[in-house]
Amino acid sequence: MAAMKVYLKTVICLIIVMHLLRGVGLCRDDYDYIDITNPFLRKIPIAIPVFKKMSLDHATAKLSKETSDLLSTTLEFTGYFKIMDRDAFLLDPQNAAASSAVKFHNWTSIGAELLVTGGVAIKDNRLEIELRVYDTFKEHMLVGKRYKAGLVDKRKIIRRFCSELIYILTGDRGIFDSKIAYVSTNSGHKEIYICEFDGYNPKRLTNHKSITLSPAWSSDGKWLAYTSYLKGKPDLYIKHLTENRRSVIAKEGINISPAWVPGEFRLTATLSFSGDPEIYLLTGTGKMIKRLTKKRGIDVSPTWSPDGKKMAFVSKRSGSPQIYIKDIDSGRVNRLTFEGHYNTQPSWSPKGDRIVYSGMKQGRSDIYVIASDGQNLVQLTHNEGNNESASWSPDGSLIVFSSTREGPSRIYVMTAFGTDQRRLIAFPGEQTEPQWSPRLSTGH
Amino acid sequence: MRKKLWIKLILLLIIPGLLFTVSCAKKTVTSDTGVTQPIEDEDLKAKDAAEKARQEELARQRAIEEERLREEAARREAARNQFLTQDIYFEFDSFAILPEAQDMLSNKAEWLQNNPDVTVTIEGHCDERGTIEYNLALGDRRAESAKAFLVNLGIAESRLNTISYGEERPMDPGNNEDAWAKNRRAHFVIN
Repeated sequence: MAAMKVYLKTVICLIIVMHLLRGVGLCRDDYDYIDITNPFLRKIPIAIPVFKKMSLDHATAKLSKETSDLLSTTLEFTGYFKIMDRDAFLLDPQNAAASSAVKFHNWTSIGAELLVTGGVAIKDNRLEIELRVYDTFKEHMLVGKRYKAGLVDKRKIIRRFCSELIYILTGDRGIFDSKIAYVSTNSGHKEIYICEFDGYNPKRLTNHKSITLSPAWSSDGKWLAYTSYLKGKPDLYIKHLTENRRSVIAKEGINISPAWVPGEFRLTATLSFSGDPEIYLLTGTGKMIKRLTKKRGIDVSPTWSPDGKKMAFVSKRSGSPQIYIKDIDSGRVNRLTFEGHYNTQPSWSPKGDRIVYSGMKQGRSDIYVIASDGQNLVQLTHNEGNNESASWSPDGSLIVFSSTREGPSRIYVMTAFGTDQRRLIAFPGEQTEPQWSPRLSTGH
Repeated sequence: MRKKLWIKLILLLIIPGLLFTVSCAKKTVTSDTGVTQPIEDEDLKAKDAAEKARQEELARQRAIEEERLREEAARREAARNQFLTQDIYFEFDSFAILPEAQDMLSNKAEWLQNNPDVTVTIEGHCDERGTIEYNLALGDRRAESAKAFLVNLGIAESRLNTISYGEERPMDPGNNEDAWAKNRRAHFVIN
């Protein structure tokens, strides 16, 4: 009987191990191009020649240039690729016969590992575009798609194709249907704006003509919570982004720093009606569920682990502001940060393994990232103004943040490892508190 | 019998009354004679002078009183201005009431006691260093600290509101220690 049990256990273990191996093997086979967990990621050289014009009119020529350039900048934004200079190309696919097979050696010899070819036509005032990506060394097509759409939808098409490609290369759909909410003083008041992931098409969301702060996306991307002085004091607003629905939490004192619980219509926020700023759990319509912090002194800026089991937050309980993690089931609270005397604004990564935050040393703020077990502290920004309000892209590959490195506060993006820091948004006035949305699925 | 008694009573009342009126009329006549006129002039002059002096004295007193009121109003105004303009300051990342701030708060408590109808809002502010949400919470604590101090000095809690502006409303937009020191403050506003 005992022998039988041991045998069964061994079989079960073996089956599990085999499944695990198979899983790893699958990943290897399908996504061996880009491992987004590798901090020393080598950028893949990719050649994106101007797409072939399938009709000879001026409009098609213009469109083919626009769409191929858009594909280049969109792919470059991810930080995974080195977009190759078109002047280095040995041949122009524009001149190649439509039916002719790709001559891969023309691309491998200049170092291109991936090649994008495309064909663009305008038919009946509609855009027809065919796009293919080849692995030039393995000499096979990774993805090929044909799209037909209205002329105004060219961005949508390019993004959809980028999403397909990134899925094949990384196993994740990427960031192409995400948005960024941020605060700007562009109108003379702090208001909340929303733009696409690459800074395109900024739109003002609020028109409170007051001080409006701290946007927070619900995990389905349908709601935005924020703080506004619309009624003269800092109250919490919970707004549906497409329907005319809104709740307000306007208790005495401050009603600030909203953070949604992943996958739920509930959120946490700091309220000070008790005379002390504490973190509370609220329903999505602003009704009190319970108090989550119980220490006297400041407790602020909650952020949730993706499984919703833990909440990181800032507390002054030890004298200086530090980041703590509360396990919701056990109620246990552990201190996460010990370096420095001013660590605030935590943001939990979508993969759950890391927490990014702002740390201040010698009066200057920089972005740091730390594993959620307190290991592997890394400083991501160095000696360039104040860097604050870090927020992860939905795939965890990029971090958006605010910086005063060029004077007024602007919005910047970098990879999760601190590389490729670049400006995303610069308008008159100052831009602060960027918050990356979850993936706003529009159907794939 | 009764009637007679009534008549007697009425007569008793009327006759002395008539006698009185006659004697009064006589006096008025004598005082109206021209002989006494110069004496009256002299008298009037003296009276005028006295009246003038009296008026001047009154005016002087009125002026003194007005001056006193003006001074008092100015003092009140100054006290009110001091209450409104004198901010109390904090150290970086702290909401502890400093010794200097304690004196200022005692003055403010005194003013509030002298002006029992006034309710105020205490604004908590921070310097630009540090992050927006934390500073909103810190500003809240600063306003609450100042409020608690005044409540301990006997000011009714219901007269004191608080609001935090965090780092959103700096007094001095500079980014140096001088500006920061001015911005870490609790500011008082009369409702």
